[in-house]
Amino acid sequence: MNRSILTRLLLFAGLALATVVVLLPTFVHSLPRWWPWRQPVRLGLDLQGGTHLLYHVDIDQAVDNVVDRDMQDLENELRQAQIGATDVSRDGHTVRIKLANKDKRRDVEDLVRERIPTLVPAQNPDVEAADLTYTIDPKEERRVRDNVVDQALKIIRNRIDQFGVAEPTVVAQGSDEIVVQLPGIQDPQRAKDLIGKTAVLEFKLLAANGQGGSLEHPAPGYQALPGKGEGGRRTTYLVEKRVLMTGDMVKNATIAPASQTEGMAVEFELDARGAAKFGEVTTQNVGRNLAIVLDGVVESAPTIREPIRGGHGQITGRFDFAEAQDLANVLRNGALPAPLKLEEERSVGPSLGKDSINKGVLSFALGTGAVILFMVLYYRGGGLIADMALVLNVFFLVGALAALGATLSLPGIAGIVLTVGMAVDANVLILERIREELRLGKSVRAAVDAGYDRAWHAIRDSNLTTALSGVILFFFGTGPIAGFAVTLLLGIASSLLTGFVGTRIVYDILMARRRLTTVSV
Amino acid sequence: MSTKEGTRPTAPQAPGRRDKPAPVVHKFVELIPSGTKVDFVGMRGRMLVFSWALILASLAFTHFVRGGLRLGIDFAGGTMVHVKFAERTSIGDIRAALSKPELGEVIVQDVGRDSREFQIRLLGGEGGQGATSVAAAIKKGLQEKFGEGTYDVLRVETVGPKVGKDLWWDAFWAVLFATVVMGVYIAFRFEVRFGIGAAIALVHDVLLTLGALGVFQMEFDLTTVAALLTVVGYSVHDTVIVSDRIRENMRKMRRDTLATIMNLSINETLSRTLITSGTAILVTLVLFLFGGSVIHSFAFTLLVGFIVGTYSSIYVASPVVLYLEGRTRARR
Repeated sequence: MNRSILTRLLLFAGLALATVVVLLPTFVHSLPRWWPWRQPVRLGLDLQGGTHLLYHVDIDQAVDNVVDRDMQDLENELRQAQIGATDVSRDGHTVRIKLANKDKRRDVEDLVRERIPTLVPAQNPDVEAADLTYTIDPKEERRVRDNVVDQALKIIRNRIDQFGVAEPTVVAQGSDEIVVQLPGIQDPQRAKDLIGKTAVLEFKLLAANGQGGSLEHPAPGYQALPGKGEGGRRTTYLVEKRVLMTGDMVKNATIAPASQTEGMAVEFELDARGAAKFGEVTTQNVGRNLAIVLDGVVESAPTIREPIRGGHGQITGRFDFAEAQDLANVLRNGALPAPLKLEEERSVGPSLGKDSINKGVLSFALGTGAVILFMVLYYRGGGLIADMALVLNVFFLVGALAALGATLSLPGIAGIVLTVGMAVDANVLILERIREELRLGKSVRAAVDAGYDRAWHAIRDSNLTTALSGVILFFFGTGPIAGFAVTLLLGIASSLLTGFVGTRIVYDILMARRRLTTVSV
Repeated sequence: MSTKEGTRPTAPQAPGRRDKPAPVVHKFVELIPSGTKVDFVGMRGRMLVFSWALILASLAFTHFVRGGLRLGIDFAGGTMVHVKFAERTSIGDIRAALSKPELGEVIVQDVGRDSREFQIRLLGGEGGQGATSVAAAIKKGLQEKFGEGTYDVLRVETVGPKVGKDLWWDAFWAVLFATVVMGVYIAFRFEVRFGIGAAIALVHDVLLTLGALGVFQMEFDLTTVAALLTVVGYSVHDTVIVSDRIRENMRKMRRDTLATIMNLSINETLSRTLITSGTAILVTLVLFLFGGSVIHSFAFTLLVGFIVGTYSSIYVASPVVLYLEGRTRARR
């Protein structure tokens, strides 16, 4: 046996060994500790059952939120500095301050520069006017836009981890979308509520008796907020617009049995800064009602009986166990920087997944069996060699999928079946060519050489075009379709390797031994 | 698949080779006997009419006949609930269960073979939480009418209208881009006219496959687009094989007309064309018959596309090249 044959044989033996190493964990669960590969082939949601959610992140809203927060800070600063402003309002990204006394203009400018550096003066400042306009610093806006999706991803990951799903996937897609995959979850309502909740927690004061106008027409500085519906009847609360503090100071949140009402309550613990602030707020407002507002809905509005200094509080809202658990979860992990909109939801039940696997395997077995049978009937010996290549091809293909950690979905299985149908093409081309050359009266060796040589151009060009369509498919599609594209591409590579390089070894071995006068093709 | 069993002697040895010692007579199983000479090129006039008829029919079926192409919720937006009943159930009963004011016009389709598996669709509507409640309303309607446990919810899919529209354009550009890239590749690898021929053949294939989807009221969704792109790749694959042989024969037979060379090349590769297409079509047929309802339209698209793709590399791509050849000669 010459060296060239030996080298190629060793290459194939090495690949086959690697494939066995990579594939065995999928089929055998108790492998020895030293086994170098542990990850079994991952099944797509369509095969194992589960839920796929696609969220759109409202990035513009995230910027608006930052401007809002700056505006609230500004109002607080103005109040503390005792600068009288008749109105502070926001229009898009512009904050407008109307001063009672325009002599204070310089003071405001200094204050903003020092305390709220993310706001910069808007263009064309009119020095004489009593109005000041500020806008968000473009650099800050850039930073917010760049970070929103990452922040949201991190928060969603934490929420889902604490919710308890085995092997969830939370990834960004495009510039403003997030894909969440929850294997094994069929009725995703609770998960959706949990993920989609913006969870902005705000503490506001309920309007004192007789103040703030009516629910229909709140006075300036007041607003009407819906309460949590209880038994179909909804209360509306009249609250002061001013936000006393927000949930970003929550350090921890846990569930506890509610003391008076039935159901569960959520206890929260504030960090040091929050505890000080909470102490201050409650001290100033003993006797009034504190509205605990989550995403614009008043969860509860308990009366402040005494100053609360320890930084501990409780939200009671007649939660059931799951609700309380999820609320504690979102409070612990913080608010999303921007609202999420559910754009796409796909869930697959476990029975369909199992059914799909069975049908995929059946199709694969029937398709492969038919092709193998046809090849051996039509091309005899040559067909048998091609069939060996075909089996090796599938083996390498699945191994490559496992090694890359690709997810096997139903279109992926279809891709494997399709590869089987198309992989024989290289061999058909070669065998047809060898037949032609034999018909011309060439010797077996010459015919085989010419067959491989001449067929190569057609094989190379035709596979390149198919690969090109696979690449386009990969960039076009997501999820299962990208999986299909990967299968198709790997299938092309492995069918070239086995069908062109691999089968040649067999002919070389056959011809190396003795001078063949006839070959079965 | 019928193979011609039994062996036949090979064609007579080419003259000039007789001086070789003891000529070996090879016996092959042959589907297409070697030396077959079908005048494919001569048929191109009739096939042109045939292709145009099919293209026009396809345009009709994708646009207005029977409501045109049936867009799945991937593109139209909306909600799909796939259920399987333990007992045979009629579409009418399901419709009755779902005729509620909060649900609009519901499409119910039998996707199994035994009146137990159905896809319930509600197209359009607002996305997000609103559409989620559509799925909930459908489930509730089924539960009230048929009772818990008599059916199994296999799949629920909801796609918002914005996503649907984005996906539609992504798909459109992907297929168009693939077609152009293939044409350019062939033009670069062979000759410009071959590239144009291949691109026109691809447009032909895509249109005809879409037409078949329209005729059989198969759903057009994301996986169908994936299949369509695969068809594009496959069809070029086929065209390349034929073109490669034409190029090879052009070098050998400098005196012959392009038409003669083409005819010979198509005939020489016919056996390979039919066998490879045959195995590819065979496995897609298996997928179509046994792959289950989830990949039904996917397998259907591949099946039709492969057949059309094989046809087009013989009757569309090559005639276009010939036509272009005639034009350039006329201009000279």
